[in-house]
Amino acid sequence: MPLTTPAIEVKSLAKSYGRLKAVDGVSFSVGTGEIFGMVGPNGAGKTTTIECLEGMRFPEGGELQVLGLDPRKDGQALRERIGVQLQQSALPDDMKVWEALDLFASYYRKPAAWKPLLDRLEISDKTNTRFSKLSGGQKQRLFIALALVNDPELVFLDELTTGLDPHARRSMWDLVRAIREKGKTVFLTTHYMEEAEHLCDRVLVIDHGHVVALDSPANLVRGLKSEIRILFTAEPGFDPAALQALPGVTRVEKNGENVILAGQGDRLIVFVVNALDAAGVRFRNLRTEQPDLDDVFLALTAETGLDGVSR
Amino acid sequence: MKGFWKLAWVEIKLYLRQPEAAFFTLVFPMLLLFLFGSIYGNTPNTFFGGRGMVDVSTPAYLAMIIGSTGLMSIAITVSSNREKGVLRRYRATPLRPAAVLASQIIVHFLMTLFGGILLIASARLVYGLRFEGRAVDVLLGFTLSTLSFFAAGFLLASVAKTARTANILGMVLYFPNLFLSGATIPKQTFPQAVKAVSKFMPLTHVVNLLQGLWIGDPLGKHVLEFAVLAGLLVLGVAVSAKAFRWE
Repeated sequence: MPLTTPAIEVKSLAKSYGRLKAVDGVSFSVGTGEIFGMVGPNGAGKTTTIECLEGMRFPEGGELQVLGLDPRKDGQALRERIGVQLQQSALPDDMKVWEALDLFASYYRKPAAWKPLLDRLEISDKTNTRFSKLSGGQKQRLFIALALVNDPELVFLDELTTGLDPHARRSMWDLVRAIREKGKTVFLTTHYMEEAEHLCDRVLVIDHGHVVALDSPANLVRGLKSEIRILFTAEPGFDPAALQALPGVTRVEKNGENVILAGQGDRLIVFVVNALDAAGVRFRNLRTEQPDLDDVFLALTAETGLDGVSR
Repeated sequence: MKGFWKLAWVEIKLYLRQPEAAFFTLVFPMLLLFLFGSIYGNTPNTFFGGRGMVDVSTPAYLAMIIGSTGLMSIAITVSSNREKGVLRRYRATPLRPAAVLASQIIVHFLMTLFGGILLIASARLVYGLRFEGRAVDVLLGFTLSTLSFFAAGFLLASVAKTARTANILGMVLYFPNLFLSGATIPKQTFPQAVKAVSKFMPLTHVVNLLQGLWIGDPLGKHVLEFAVLAGLLVLGVAVSAKAFRWE
């Protein structure tokens, strides 16, 4: 991960709405050229954080530096250099796609050519379509185009792929990678762990306005220390007790011809396969189940329900 | 001010794409003109102080246009842009917040003016509308009235939490103003009781002012109207400045 000058630097960010502390002491930094993801349950403080960085909301505490600027003081100058895709926003119903791009391009000193953007986002056939006539996915792609219309150094994507079908989601991911390949920094929030795992260099897990974890997806999964499960089928006469003694194995279960073995360690599967082979056991359908970011997320935010209310 | 004029131009196109707004500003006043014009003509008579029906009604219809762009169009456009998140999206660009509001004012002013010119030109061509006032005074009265009602529209958009509420508030205020101010039905026909209520309608003062200036009243004869409309302007701006929300 190229960590030259940070694109974003946040120290002890705090923002409350009335008595609710939406964000409370959040600190992190994002390197230039990084794809940085923020995940957390609904109401965890993701949108509040991202909107403070964009200069759309004013935090009451903490130090903020975005592209070397303070969003609270230099909002105008900052917005010239960032691209923003908001979670909730719209355009007037009767505004046509080309009018929106032409209009938004005119707000910036150095706009990018917007026609190639439409091609890249596969909405060039909708140039003359009114906003209200676009599908959810087309609207989303238009908003991405608007976020890129000033050729920004840093792009904020809040819930980029919510409401998109799997195909559209994949093509968004390709697009985000393409943005980064042009040397830009991407800050995104998502509640799809799969998305964070595939896309992000580093992931910040936030809950109740606090940072719960911050690392690469692989390190987060490794840090979970959760068990790997090895599943296979063997003939009914097979006695799995011998496997119990292998290093790292915590549990072995047998149910008919299905065997499930749980344990820890990167070499667990090697031990198991070697032991089975050495004993001449004929096994089939061997597969492993690795913990993924979903497990990390559930483990880290376990005490909160879907609605963000503590259980 | 980068992008401001482009925004104003796009807003004009958007305005004309909404059939209901364009109807009330551009079409409806002309329908009334042709309806009453075809019934009564524009022959001078003593009932209208030696003037014709069209001579008296045209400045009153101007007030009707002002009422509809201010209380309806501004209030609905601004509050629905806020509700849908259009204003949020604009705020995420370098465009200054004041430019977003200013573009609405300019566009609605131009549309009001356009509706007025269309009306006056039709009345002149078809019914030989007579004008005895000073164009500068009429333009001054028109501009003050328009800005006051725009301020009222912004006030509605500021106090209403949803576009629906703003729409209802706008209608609840617009229609009594429309019918009780003399903007549609000549005041001369009102019974005493209705005349008494009429005094409390802000639009009545627009009708009085424009009808007076149309026949050449000196500005000094309409101090009350100027005071009421200036008061509405100040109130609208003050409340909006305090209560207006971007989301």
